[in-house]
Amino acid sequence: MNKTNRPIVLEAKGLTKRFPGVLANDNINLKLHQGEILAFLGENGAGKSTLMNMLYGLYTPTEGEIWIKGEKVEMSNPGDAIDRGVGMVHQHFQLVPVMTVAENVMLGSEITSGGGRLNMRKAIQNVRDLSEQYGLAVDPTAVIEDLPVGTQQRVEIIKALYRHADILILDEPTAVLTPQEANELFRIMNDLTAQNVSIIFITHKLKEVLSVADRIGVLRSGQMVGTAMPEDSTETSLAELMVGRNVILQVEKSPSKPKEPVLQIQNLHVRDDRGHASVEGVDLEVRAGEIVGIAGVEGNGQRELVEALTGLRHADSGKIIIDGREITHFNPRQITELGVAHIPEDREKHGLVMPYTLSDNMVLNKYFKAPYAKGVIMHHDKIDQNGQVLVKEYDVRPPNIHALAQNLSGGNKQKVIVAREFSTPTKLLVAAQPTRGIDVGSIEFIHKQIVAQRDQNVAVLVVSAELDEVLGLADRIAVMFDGRIVKILSAAEATRERVGLLMAGSEA
Amino acid sequence: MTTAAVPKARSRGDYAKIIGLIFGVLVLIGIIYGYITNPVTTTAVLASTLRQSTPLVLGALCGLIGERSGVINIGIEGQMLMAAFIAFLANVYTGNLFVAVLAGFATGAVLGAFLAFMSVTLKMDQIIGGTVINILALGLTSFFYQTGLTTQGKMQPIPLGPLADIPLIGPIFFDNPPITYTTLILVMLVHYVLFYTRWGLRTRAVGEHPSAADTVGINVFKIRYINVIIGGGIAGLAGAYLTLEAVGSFERAMTNGRGFVALAVMIFGKYTPFGAWGAALLFGFATALQTQLQFAGQLEIPHQFIGMLPYLLTIIVLAGFVGRTRVPSAVGKPYEKE
Ligand SMILES: Nc1ncnc2c1ncn2[C@@H]1O[C@H](COP(=O)(O)OP(=O)(O)OP(=O)(O)O)[C@@H](O)[C@H]1O
Ligand SMILES: [Mg+2]
Repeated sequence: MNKTNRPIVLEAKGLTKRFPGVLANDNINLKLHQGEILAFLGENGAGKSTLMNMLYGLYTPTEGEIWIKGEKVEMSNPGDAIDRGVGMVHQHFQLVPVMTVAENVMLGSEITSGGGRLNMRKAIQNVRDLSEQYGLAVDPTAVIEDLPVGTQQRVEIIKALYRHADILILDEPTAVLTPQEANELFRIMNDLTAQNVSIIFITHKLKEVLSVADRIGVLRSGQMVGTAMPEDSTETSLAELMVGRNVILQVEKSPSKPKEPVLQIQNLHVRDDRGHASVEGVDLEVRAGEIVGIAGVEGNGQRELVEALTGLRHADSGKIIIDGREITHFNPRQITELGVAHIPEDREKHGLVMPYTLSDNMVLNKYFKAPYAKGVIMHHDKIDQNGQVLVKEYDVRPPNIHALAQNLSGGNKQKVIVAREFSTPTKLLVAAQPTRGIDVGSIEFIHKQIVAQRDQNVAVLVVSAELDEVLGLADRIAVMFDGRIVKILSAAEATRERVGLLMAGSEA
Repeated sequence: MTTAAVPKARSRGDYAKIIGLIFGVLVLIGIIYGYITNPVTTTAVLASTLRQSTPLVLGALCGLIGERSGVINIGIEGQMLMAAFIAFLANVYTGNLFVAVLAGFATGAVLGAFLAFMSVTLKMDQIIGGTVINILALGLTSFFYQTGLTTQGKMQPIPLGPLADIPLIGPIFFDNPPITYTTLILVMLVHYVLFYTRWGLRTRAVGEHPSAADTVGINVFKIRYINVIIGGGIAGLAGAYLTLEAVGSFERAMTNGRGFVALAVMIFGKYTPFGAWGAALLFGFATALQTQLQFAGQLEIPHQFIGMLPYLLTIIVLAGFVGRTRVPSAVGKPYEKE
């Protein structure tokens, strides 16, 4: 729907942001109208998060003006933005892991009963009310670090609603959500816009943009390269606008030629962090030269399964065999040495060392070996050389091997991990959510790499909450539900509907 | 969706609690037995326990409110020493005990502000910042100290009416000089502020995840500054305690490592005021016992070994039974806004 005749609630005029050596935003103009959903698209590192952080008062613009509700504003911290009704859900959650949901929600705008004493009971009630009113299920007394990412996301939204935000910035909110959760979020977004809340929504998923946005803005290398209306756009046209070239959205691959089994899992049982049975008797085989995809709604044991495979979690019982060797109780290093590459689900926690440089991060799985080290001496020239090659090959931006991992955009962090893991000889590749938070151009690239690995006789196990990804990549699809593999389908048998039903636990 | 908290299987922490409880009961039995067989010595040891622990508790409180907000303070020793000196001088020249205590508090707070400036604003390495304070304090106090100065009066115990007459407990808890009382109150106050108030919530958030606090409009720098300054004031109180309440005069390097022991006490106490208090009492008890043993002189053990007793006992009990401490995640890391 065209809402451009409504009043403007937020406007940026000539916004520019320069980081040392990077022009992240270059003279950006944008208008947000009341009750509108403005979607933002752009490649990884295009500058979307940077722009939003300026609108939220977290970054100070190098140049340019921000107008909120007809007033020119100079914001020195997010408190100024919050006061003007701006709320933001960050790409990387801003939640204190050791605190409860209610504590996180009220932090900064606490409910007190005289003398600064926290009124926890009221806060909990408040969260409960909000979660009921908007259908955002959370337990206010749960501790954040025990919650799955999807729930943490809901907490972030409640945080903004609690502060009565009427301009809501959502930076890649659906990257970590299951399709069901995402639909739930869109319902909430629609409810909110009906109440005149205006929303800026960033995503890499073109389907979502087409279905929820009122208007679409596209960023490329820090510049606004265009706006589009969803009714005049297709996925292909948007992808082209974003990347500046033609993108193939479908995975191209030949039929698989499976060889000997590389990974065999037998009656595996694994517990989750709280000691509950999470993987309950999984049997699975992955052969050299095939891609097996695990489809399933998040939280059905996929994470624990992957962690057990890669030595990050102890298996209770059962066997994991790689290349004929039982590795059930091996540690991660031993498993890596056997030729297992792992793209972890949580790139910040398990994938990268944030305060290290790119080149150091690119050798995390081999720094102790020649030519990178000899005894205890590290060979930094070799490490940098490796980094240089990979940064170029995998198109990491900015291509500076001495930049710190923590300063990369979300998608580029992912590329660093992929580059590292794909650059060592591999027998088995375990990829969990390999393209989460990645732009379409890079998805195309990573998918090609995964297929290339398969064609070089690597056994590939892909776990993804993205049904399209599993369907597009996998030669065989295992559907996981409630800790078990309920069905294994060949690519030919697997239709969207059938897999969707299996994921929901119906049909046997 | 099962988001409700589920009780965990019995962990190491639970066993540690049980062992701790058994230990506590044994200590209690020991004290009662001691009191029946030898009331005078027992009361003396226990009263001395509290006195020995006071500067440690104050130092630990200083450390923990700083670290809870993300700033490591290893300059507690220096803050105490400098405050002890200034409090002493203030007393010598004004003759007023209250003014002297305030001077001690203020000295600690000023050094706290200095530490905050180095570690929060300049983003210096926090260990180095603390060390600067320690060296500075030792140098300045040694340089300006003149022998021959004497304090005018010392803080005296104030018995709290009939409470002070309760056998065993009375003389230990209810017949103390002002800073000792203040310390007991501070333990409770800091606990309350840290876990039940807005300030405490913000402090903990800043120490765990400063950018989360920043994104909801909390001024990370301000919280860190204020915590470190107040912490410094509390360490200053410990200094004032040493000169005005415990000894009654100043000596070179009189803190004698208490600032560092306080840090250990803070860690063993798991960054909680009551934990620190318990750990400090244990250390104080071992120290008092040690003194008593030296005094009695019946043991055929070289005194150096008896002197090790407090450290040994503390390490064994705390390291063995207390279990893992969870350090605030952002401690020691300067916050970068962009
Ligand atoms: N704090 C920082 N210091 C230095 N450079 C930064 C910083 N934050 C972002 N950048 C750089 O600015 C550019 C834009 O990053 P930004 O995070 O805005 O991208 P993005 O569009 O959100 O990408 P993604 O889709 O991957 O999240 C990138 O080149 C990034 O490396
Ligand atoms: Mg981003």
